[in-house]
Amino acid sequence: MSATHIVPKKIYFAVFAALMVFTAITVAVSFVDLGPLNTVVALGIAITKATLVVLYFMHVKYSPRLTKLVVLSSLFWLVILLVMTMGDYVTRDWRTYGMNQPHSAPYGIERTIAETVNL
Amino acid sequence: MPEAVLHEHHHPPALAHHFENLEEQHTAATLGMWVFLVTEVLFFGGLFMAYTLYRHWYPAAFMASSHELDITLGATNTAVLIVSSLTMALAVHAAQEGERGKIMFFLVVTMILGLAFLGIKSVEYMDKFEHHHVPGASFHFDDPALQQPAQIFFSLYFVMTGLHALHMIVGLGLMTWMFIWTKNGTITKDYSSPIEISGLYWHFVDIVWIFLFPLLYLLGRHI
Amino acid sequence: MSSSTELKLPPNNYLHDGYGWKSWLLTRDHKRIALLYLAAITFFFIIGGAFAVGIRLDLATPAGDMVTDDTYNKLFTMHGVMMVFFFLIPAVPATLGNFLLPLMIGAKDLAFPKINLASWYIYMIGSLFTLYAIIAGGLDTGWTFYTPFSTAASTSAVLPAGLGIFINGFSSILTGLNFIVTIHRMRAPGMTWFRLPLFIWAHYATSIIMILGTPVVAVTLVMVVAERAFHFGIFDPAVGGDPVLFQHLFWFYSHPAVYIMVLPSMGIISELIAAFCRKQIFGYTFVAFSSLGIAVLGFLVWGHHMFVAGESVYAALVFSLISFFVAIPSAVKVFNWTATMYKGSVEWATPMLYAIGFIGLFTIGGLTGLFLASIGIDVHVTDTYFVVAHFHYVMVGGTIMAYLGGLHYWWPKISGRMYPERLAKIAAVIVFVGFNLTFFPQFILGYLGMPRRYHAYPPEFQLLNVLSSAGASILAIGYLLPMFYFAWSLRYGPIAGSNPWGAVGLEWNTTSPPPTLNFEETPVVTWDAYEYPTPVEGHVA
Repeated sequence: MSATHIVPKKIYFAVFAALMVFTAITVAVSFVDLGPLNTVVALGIAITKATLVVLYFMHVKYSPRLTKLVVLSSLFWLVILLVMTMGDYVTRDWRTYGMNQPHSAPYGIERTIAETVNL
Repeated sequence: MPEAVLHEHHHPPALAHHFENLEEQHTAATLGMWVFLVTEVLFFGGLFMAYTLYRHWYPAAFMASSHELDITLGATNTAVLIVSSLTMALAVHAAQEGERGKIMFFLVVTMILGLAFLGIKSVEYMDKFEHHHVPGASFHFDDPALQQPAQIFFSLYFVMTGLHALHMIVGLGLMTWMFIWTKNGTITKDYSSPIEISGLYWHFVDIVWIFLFPLLYLLGRHI
Repeated sequence: MSSSTELKLPPNNYLHDGYGWKSWLLTRDHKRIALLYLAAITFFFIIGGAFAVGIRLDLATPAGDMVTDDTYNKLFTMHGVMMVFFFLIPAVPATLGNFLLPLMIGAKDLAFPKINLASWYIYMIGSLFTLYAIIAGGLDTGWTFYTPFSTAASTSAVLPAGLGIFINGFSSILTGLNFIVTIHRMRAPGMTWFRLPLFIWAHYATSIIMILGTPVVAVTLVMVVAERAFHFGIFDPAVGGDPVLFQHLFWFYSHPAVYIMVLPSMGIISELIAAFCRKQIFGYTFVAFSSLGIAVLGFLVWGHHMFVAGESVYAALVFSLISFFVAIPSAVKVFNWTATMYKGSVEWATPMLYAIGFIGLFTIGGLTGLFLASIGIDVHVTDTYFVVAHFHYVMVGGTIMAYLGGLHYWWPKISGRMYPERLAKIAAVIVFVGFNLTFFPQFILGYLGMPRRYHAYPPEFQLLNVLSSAGASILAIGYLLPMFYFAWSLRYGPIAGSNPWGAVGLEWNTTSPPPTLNFEETPVVTWDAYEYPTPVEGHVA
């Protein structure tokens, strides 16, 4: 079939090796306290691994532009969901013009936790 | 007989009546699976959204809860899934080359690895029941200050890994179906797209786990 | 209208391709599946309408004498659930879209006929769960399922209803998937993107929303079910969860879902205006891209449903601003339709009456949307009848007007026979009058401060409420009439012939009803959409 590009097996094995190595690295790094960098490293490695799977195991590197567009659009909409929703939550603490109530945890959760501690 | 051969030539048995040729059918099937995977990205996206917010709100509870998960089992499962992705890719390769025996071999290996993943997962779930880490009335967390937000973490843990496991089960069903189609000769070198798009699905399920693993298991490892 | 010399329906049409129940329930023909959907959505429209009758009867008196407040909550919830999920969302795409999409692009069928049939079965299974919820005591959360009421407080049948809508979502996803692949892969030779009818562009944009939005509401309902059934804590404030997160996830789908309902209708209007003005649509490219523009912008505005829900003022500002932008592609469409009518030779057939009704009512619905997008006014009219009137002008004045217009326009293609034109015109006028009498008073009621979802109200609101209830009964007659004369025409309607309207478009290039594979041979397209002959100089209708 002319539309199918057959990926050589050695590429599959190389990608597999890279995925295993990245898994080992991410597990090893997680035992070290890097502060907020732990999350950055873990997500960076996860994104790299996912990209390898998409490009080679799922053949996107060899696929028509339309497939690439479909993949990117799913990411774009995922970003819309995350960014615009978090955009609400992270700006709730900003200046509220005289009604300066903390919003970071809603509905009195701090109080509930405090009560639990007192018990 | 010659008539049948002629018909065979012009209209391969795998070609549905409404497509012009096998290539059009192949690209349609591939695009269809990709569009479906877009749907899946947004399906899990809703869960990742909930995770992001609560991790932002309750970092301490999320780290402490994450610390309760079993990293050995989690890492083993990650490796199992990556190997299964490789064997799935090899099954697709075999399908494109038209090697029936190899397709069936790699499909079976993929299924065994999938079952191993689910087996390890159920061991972990049992462990959560024993430690009262299942959300609900009996939920108990060692640090009472984190009892409530920890319950959010474990609720998300069960919904996320549960839906992921459900996708694995669907994947195993697909593999079985593909195995039958390969065995009965439906899959040929010219009609390998069912195996290819099943492979796309299986790899997607792997990708979901690639994100679930660090977000759930690794987050609180260093405390 | 060209009178046809054919006296018989074409013998090889899809309606004659098998007669038993199996030939329908196991069909893979997109045209038959469209009719299965048509039957199903008509049924749910009647059920949803029956709940509306209950609401309007109860509101005829200030004390709400007919039903208890609990029952009233269930009436408006089930009205919303039935109408939104089981009628409006599939209304145009699953019926007219399913029927026409392959015909308009010159394909033999949709790309995945079995998935198309499966989507109908999934829809029916979802509807069974929801019908069970009605029988099992009903649902009282409102169609929005807001937490924590839906997860912790409500004693009604939340689980079966939520499950039903979850399942139904997959039918919508599969329809959208099928449309996207079909439009990309199955166009006839020569049918380039910019020769596609605008109906197809509208359905393409709709399908994008279906596949990107629906999964989010699906997983949100999974979380609601987990919270209600297994006492998980995700949105539950008792463990520190945020009910507003539910609203974010819910409206991420449900606001774009408004465009799932109205975009395909806009596609219909483009077809009707071109056909009955005998003109190429003015600014074809702009109208085509405005559909995509609405689909994309529609995903960026969901926060305007949460201005008073505790949303940050900064987020509210952004959502408000982008909501105003939606007016641009919407106005592009309205201006281009009216510009097309200008100096066109307008034929006042029934579908055209619906199209003109749509333009007026959609404009009112859209402009009042701008009122609600501005935070200051929204705070005043949130959860009042102003909101109810606004979205009924879009959903009923927009979607249902266009749906009925499209059904009349393509009825000869679907059935091979004409409906009674005079009666249909009367019905169209009745619908228009009844609709406005029902919903215009609600704008005033809302502005005066009558809250929505209350079963009793102060006596000074009675006059406007009685007007609204009276309008609803007129509207009901307008909706019942087509059901009867369409059924009548199936047997007694005059044979339509392949192109009763003298319209261009591939669907009119085949017989009425079309053969199972749509065309005797695959058409080759060498012309643009809506290539009507230039009108004679000086001939103005």
